[in-house]
Parts: sequence; C-alpha cells; structure tokens
Amino acid sequence: MRDYLYFLWRCFRISFSGGWQYRLWMLILTVVALLGLNAYCKQLVHGMATTGMTDQVSWGLYIANFTFLVGMAAAAVMLVIPVYVYRNRDLHDLVVFGELFAVAAIVMCLLFVNVDLGRPDRFMHIFWRFNFPISMLTWDVVALGGYLVLNLHICGYLIYCSYRQQKPSRAFYIPFVFIAIVWAISIHTVTAFLYVGLGGRPFWNSAIIAPRFLASAFAAGPAFIILTLQVIGRATGYRISDQALSLLRGIVTVALSINMFLLLCELFTEFYSDSAHMASTIYLYFGLHGHSALVPWIWTAAAMNSLALLVLYTPYRQKRAVLNATCVLLIIGIWIEKGMGLIVPAFIPSPLGEIVEYQPTSNEILVCLGIWAAGLLLYTVFVRVSVPVLSGQCTADQVRRRGAERAAEAA
Amino acid sequence: MSTGAGSEHAAPLPRYEPPVTRRGFLGGALGAAGGLAALGAALSPLKDLDRSDLTLERFLQRHYKDLSPGEMEQALERIRADVAARYGVTPHLCDVKPLDGVEFVYALDLGRCIGCRRCVHACVAENNQSRDPQIEYIRVLEMPRGSVDVERGDHYYDRAKVPDRDHYYMPVQCHQCANPPCVKVCPIEATWQEPDGVIVIDYDWCIGCRYCEAACPYWARRFNFAEPELPADQVNQDMGYLSNRPRRKGVMEKCHFCLHRTRAGRLPACVEVCPVGARKFGNVLDPESEVAQILKTKHVYVLKQEVGTLPRFFYYLDEGYHGSAGGGG
Repeated sequence: MRDYLYFLWRCFRISFSGGWQYRLWMLILTVVALLGLNAYCKQLVHGMATTGMTDQVSWGLYIANFTFLVGMAAAAVMLVIPVYVYRNRDLHDLVVFGELFAVAAIVMCLLFVNVDLGRPDRFMHIFWRFNFPISMLTWDVVALGGYLVLNLHICGYLIYCSYRQQKPSRAFYIPFVFIAIVWAISIHTVTAFLYVGLGGRPFWNSAIIAPRFLASAFAAGPAFIILTLQVIGRATGYRISDQALSLLRGIVTVALSINMFLLLCELFTEFYSDSAHMASTIYLYFGLHGHSALVPWIWTAAAMNSLALLVLYTPYRQKRAVLNATCVLLIIGIWIEKGMGLIVPAFIPSPLGEIVEYQPTSNEILVCLGIWAAGLLLYTVFVRVSVPVLSGQCTADQVRRRGAERAAEAA
Repeated sequence: MSTGAGSEHAAPLPRYEPPVTRRGFLGGALGAAGGLAALGAALSPLKDLDRSDLTLERFLQRHYKDLSPGEMEQALERIRADVAARYGVTPHLCDVKPLDGVEFVYALDLGRCIGCRRCVHACVAENNQSRDPQIEYIRVLEMPRGSVDVERGDHYYDRAKVPDRDHYYMPVQCHQCANPPCVKVCPIEATWQEPDGVIVIDYDWCIGCRYCEAACPYWARRFNFAEPELPADQVNQDMGYLSNRPRRKGVMEKCHFCLHRTRAGRLPACVEVCPVGARKFGNVLDPESEVAQILKTKHVYVLKQEVGTLPRFFYYLDEGYHGSAGGGG
C-alpha cells in the first residue's frame, strides 16, 4: 500500500516535469480548461439560458460531443482486439495508450453529460431512484461507469506491474480485457438506443443508427490513435512500429467504408420513400422553408469523409503526411456528421412542426473547449507517466536501491 | 510489457524524475500559487450564485413517493416559507391526492375553437408560469383549412380579429398519455403517471436532463432555462405540490390538468375560460359525464396515433354545431 502511494506520488512528480514543449502544451490546456470552468460557472449562476438551447432544440453541442466521445472511447477496442483475440504481440504496449485514451474520453463524456444537467446538484438522485431497466439513460450510466472502471483496472494493473517489474498475472486482466471488448461495443450501442428508442423523433427512430454509430466510431477512434501514437513517438522516443500504423489504417478504411454505405442506405430510404418523416433530413441536407443553418456543415462533412475514403484507397495512403491529413479530415468530418448532423436535426422541425434553429453561444462553446482541454490534459498526463514506466525508466527497483544505499551510508 | 532494461545491472540507477532542488521547489510553489489564483478567478462567477435553493434541507429532500405524511407536512411548510420569502404572500398549498374511480380525459371541439388564446393566458395565470422567460403550456396552431399537417400550422399568428375564415385552430397541450414516453425515459423517476391519469413532475427531484422533452411527441414539456420571473402581485396562491407551486430554474414543467383544481371538483382554468365551449373535461369512468358521452357519440381522434402513446386528449368535430368557426380539417 505504501509502495502504491509512493508510486502515485512519483507519477504526480513526473507529470509536472518535461521539456518546454510539454510545459507549454500543458499550460495552454490548463488555461483553456480554466476558461471552460469559468464559462460553466456562469452557466450555473444564470441557468441554461446561457446556451443556445431552447424548448424546441433541447439538446445541442453538449450532447453532440458526448455522443462523439462515447464512440472514441469505444474505439479503443480496435487496438485491443488484434492483440488479445488475434495475438498480435507487436501492438501489445500500444493497447495501453488506446485504453488510457478510452479512460480520458469517458471522463469527458461524463463531464459533457453533467454540464447538460439543469440541476447538477441533484446528480445523487440517480442513486436513490434509478429507473432501471426502463430508461435508456440509466443503461448508459451503467455502461459508461462500467467501462471506465474496466479500463482503469486494466491500464492501472499493467502499468503498476511494469513499475514493479513483475509479469502481469493473466488471470488478473485477461478476463477483463474480453469483458471490455464486449462492453465497448455495448456503450456505443446503448448510446445509440438513447435516441433510437424515441418514437416521437422520426429522424432518430431508425434501427440503422446503432450500426452507423459503431462504424463511424471505429473510423474516427483509430484515426485519432494514429495521430496520437505519432505524437507520442515524436515526443518521447517511444518506438511506434509502421506495422501498428498500417493495421490501424486498415481498420479506419474498412470502418469508414461501412459508415458511408450505411449512410447511403439511410439516405435512400429517407428520400426515395418520400415519407412525411423526412422533414429533418431535408432540413439537414437542403434546408427547410428558408432555414438552412446546418446545410453547409453537413456537406462539408460529406466532402471530408468522401475525400478521406478516396485517399485511403489510393497508394498515397502510405505517406505519413497524407495519412495524417486524411485522419484529421475524417475525424472532423465524423464529428460534424455525428454531433451537429445527428443530434440537432432531430429537433427541427419540432414535433408540432415549428422550425427553430440552433446556434450555440460562445459561452457554450467555451464550456465544450474547456472539457476537451481537460480531457486532453488528463490523457497527456497519462501518457507522460506511462511511457517511462512501460519502458522501464521508472521502476520500483530504483526506490528500493536508494533505500538500500542510504541504509549502507548510515551504517 | 517491456521489462526494465537496466534492472540487471549493478550500477546505481538514476531516478527518472528530477531531484528536488531549492530552485525547483520554489518554482513549483510559485506555479502552485499561480494555479490556485487562476482557479479562483475561474470560479469567481459563483459568488453571484443564488444559494436560497441550495440548502441542506433541500439537498436531502426525498422523492415525492418516499415522503411520509410528516415529512410531506414539513416539505409543504418549507415551500410555504419559500414562497412567502420570495413573493411576500403565504400560499394555500396542499398535496391534493387523486380521487378513487376517476380518470380524467379532455376533449376539444376543433369546430368551435376560435383561436383566441384565452386558454393560454388563463393557464399562465393559474399555474404561476414564468413571465420572463415566457413559459406557456398551451400552443395554439393556426391551420389552413384542408390540412392536418402540423408543419403547415402557424404558431405565431397575430390577427386583429380571430377566427380567420381560411383557417381553423388547433390548441395542443400535454396529452396525459396512458403510455407516456416521457415517463419511460426519465432516469430518476422524477415524472410519473398518477392513478387518475395525470402525468406529474416532482420539481424537487428533476435533474433537468431534458430527456423527457426530447421524448414527447407533442412538444408538451417546458424547461426552465433561466430563473423563472413571476411578479409578486400575479402569484396564484391556490397551489398544489405536484402542480402549480412556483418552480426554480433547471427543472421541467408542463400541463397537469390543473390537478389542484380538478381533484377538488373544479374545472381546469383553460376549460373555465373558453368563451365558445370548445373545451370539455371530466371523468371518463363516469358514463354520464360529458367527455364519456363525447367519446361515445362523436368522431374523435388523437394526434399522432401512430406513435402509440394513447393520449387522454381527444379532438373532435361536432357535426351538429354550426358556430362562428364552422367545420375545419
């Protein structure tokens, strides 16, 4: 126990040390996170009126970011499956970086849900009257909480074993890894069901939403990991193999293709059947009765995703710079498609046919940026600490030896 | 997992983290002080936070259904004191229970409604809704004759004289569904269906996630995006725990069939005020009641039957009536 606390203390010390780039990056993130906190305090004082949400569009950027990040968290399994199911040992250490990102993403999700509450002080009520299993939101609480605990356990255990220079005991983490794989799929499915289950919102009331969620998440998540791994490699000298990147690239290509296919299925059904339910889709893609705030966004997303998919099928994908640019394109594309493109249009027109557009306020955007900064800050610290531990530069042995030396000097 | 490459060597290992030096320590202390100052600045808006709603008593307040009679009495006393402090009036507040053998149903004659919106205003006055931001439970749609498509309805019609010849009027409010999606989705059971069919909200339990608002196919629910503003001289002092007692920011509210009135044998404010008798209300379990007769003899329909919510709010056209609005739809 004392050893473990000392380990945490050393992690704390390490997270504050680093080169100037590291310090600058951390400083920027801290400043943005504090600006977000400041904006959130204003929201607490003045109410949700500080956001662009209305009774007509009652969910906005917060829930959009939440949905996107649940997918990012779920995508960590795309690193885990090759390693544990297909026994691809080369990626073994990289799994930890993926799962650490899952932890950071879930923390961001929880923050996004929390800032969306009108009465966060009553959050405890879920422990006294939990409408389980009827309300899908309770399922989501269970799924996200469970996933957070699973990943914290797996990463924490592997990292601490490495610190102690012990071989991790398989019984202590392999079962959890397999549970986490299934759980990851479930968190995003349950999040999709949150929307799909609402009969009064035809835009969401479609069985294809859950598969689309998974496909887009398994494209954006690994794309993000491709970028992060290179940054980690650059900043820490940790060896990132080309094989790892090309495996991830393959996953991104397949997932993005499936996502595009599902999107086309959805669009065909909506437009060809010409049902009265397509008003939201028309609003999203072409505007409705002169209201078209989302039109430029969704076409940008469509262009970005199509271009990314095209590049991924050409030989240029081998070039790191091209691959990175493609990843950035599709992450942004999917963020728009899934965030603004999937949450907001379901509210427009309203169930009574009213068209009220949604325009996020600067305060709301600041809160979002603050949460993203806090999440990245958390992830940076995780990586900062885990790299020296995993590569054996920071071990429990050092402490023991120093203790022994001191004892020898004293004698 | 990589094992430490240097662990086999006998040479003393340097510690990975930098040693504590005086300079480093001072820098760290300065950084920590700066960080705390920045944190303080970030939190500074909280000094304007209205703490009157954040007392320990309120924090520990239990769910409506978990309150013992004694605890309910305490809660009512606390709310009376709150209202007195905020509006300078002592309300007649009680927790009116549903009556046995009663299921409330609403019927609205589209042929009679003239779109005057008196129901909207009577509702606001009766139920202590926020005047700023404006919260209204009833929305009246001006519909072109020959259409039942709500997307063609005008929510903001503003005429010197109603009704307009080419339109008919369709008021919408909470339909008190027998299969309510809003109740199903609430993660904390802050909203539920009472034995007399009314869907109520415990304003002291709602966490304000607005999932119910997304779930409602009739756009019947309203959220308090800001602290409700209610002029003291306009407070309706006849209040119910689950109905029209003043709300605070961050919680949902909606029509509750004026249960503080209807459970005491009176009519809802919107029914009472309607100048043309388009609104009918009563106990459907009583075969002699007007609503039971309407359901039996008129051509009634419900809005969005396909979503399976089983509303207790029926629209109908009284074929025998030829009033100012005539038949529409």
